[in-house]
Amino acid sequence: MSAATEIVRLTVNGDRQEVGVPTHFTLLETLRYALGLTGSKQGCDKGDCGACTVILDGEPTLSCITPVWEAEGRTVTTVEGLASREAPHPLQDAFDLNGAAQCGFCTPGILCSAAALLERTGDPTREQIKEALAGNLCRCTGYTKIYDAVEAAAAAMQNGASVGGASG
Amino acid sequence: MLRLPPFRYHRPATVAQAIEVMGEHAGDAMFVAGGTDLIPNMKHRLFEPGHLVALKGIEELRGVRIDDGHLRIGAAETISHVASNPEVLNRFPALADAAGHIAGPQLRNSGTIGGNLCLDTRCTYYNQTAFWREALGYCLKKDGDVCHVIRVGKKCVAAHSADTPPVLMTLDAVATLVGPDGQRSVPVRDFFVADGIVNSRRAPDEIVTELRIPLASAERKQAYAKLRVRKSIDFPLLTVAIAADLDGDGTVRSIEGVVTALGSRPHVLTGWGDVAVGRRLDDQVVDELAERAHKQCHPLENMIVDHEWRRAMVPVYVRRALEKLGAA
Repeated sequence: MSAATEIVRLTVNGDRQEVGVPTHFTLLETLRYALGLTGSKQGCDKGDCGACTVILDGEPTLSCITPVWEAEGRTVTTVEGLASREAPHPLQDAFDLNGAAQCGFCTPGILCSAAALLERTGDPTREQIKEALAGNLCRCTGYTKIYDAVEAAAAAMQNGASVGGASG
Repeated sequence: MLRLPPFRYHRPATVAQAIEVMGEHAGDAMFVAGGTDLIPNMKHRLFEPGHLVALKGIEELRGVRIDDGHLRIGAAETISHVASNPEVLNRFPALADAAGHIAGPQLRNSGTIGGNLCLDTRCTYYNQTAFWREALGYCLKKDGDVCHVIRVGKKCVAAHSADTPPVLMTLDAVATLVGPDGQRSVPVRDFFVADGIVNSRRAPDEIVTELRIPLASAERKQAYAKLRVRKSIDFPLLTVAIAADLDGDGTVRSIEGVVTALGSRPHVLTGWGDVAVGRRLDDQVVDELAERAHKQCHPLENMIVDHEWRRAMVPVYVRRALEKLGAA
């Protein structure tokens, strides 16, 4: 069977997109290869590692195993949509200040999982943070600095740091 | 990078439409709900349907409600919703526990309870890329005629690896299936067959639409315990689900234990009633139940961990589940 192409409509980082894709494309392939948004990473590409995590209608979702049609008409936020034009997302600031990214490959997915957590729970416990990031593999950090960074970002947001990006 | 084979994606609005679309592409189509099992399997070329018929957008497959003495869970409800639903948490804590321990958060947001029931069996020699499987000469379950787990085996021994079915069995849950010939009910305990290649009684053109759990089952003490390498993401290496009816003084009226991730279908532990009925779940009874379980569970080399270690963990996890049950 040859690959057919159809137009999919979805909202990515606040922008409405209409893009022609092969009908068997995943959401991740659409983001990376049709829209040029290469922040979401293609890691294991089979739903194990979490590097491809995006926020789909508020929920962290693995874009590498999500057929793009499941995102049609829905709102997608990728790591590119977390920051505002003026400032990084408080999580991005906190990851920088806490040394929470080493090689950085898992970081976009972790930021998306963490951003969705902070949308739901403004003041998460350490346990809630661990649970929220349990589907994101990091082979460098040992996670401690990542948890610290998420706690710091939550505190900054409680103290009024603004979230200006597409997820805010 | 793992590319999907080409397919067309159909999004019917009703169950009737879904069955019609499936009929139009009979033999070249599969149903998909959350896709967390099927999509990776398609990337591994374990399935290459030309058409996928999506079920997740069908409204009538959603919702958790109490009706006619049952808790009715729409099959396309996500695992996250089932794990956090107040009715499930209050009445069937072991089900919430099992659902909450499936995979990781993202997979629970996509995966569905119906999909968990229909999860394909898993094996070290099966859940691999097409390249890997070709290099080995394929296996009984897919494209080959040799079982690499049991060399002389003529029957596929891929493991049933879903978390919720053992719990659903101990709660007497019933699945509703709808197909081109109408609707039927299948108790979850009769849903599975001992064949690793296709381990369920669901026909390829049938949709699991709903799970019904009798509210009476909420009276049972329930517990669930799961062995896996990491505390997240991993499929189970062993799961134990237990439900028991206890008298006011703790005397066991009935008890049932179901284990899975060992063979092609969940295994109901035999002889438990003989051991425990009429007695309290004290240390002696717990030891005897764990011993019974150990005797009848024989993990195979169908997973990439030591099967003797898995066997040694059987009594450990039976004890843990019984401790949870006692504390519930």
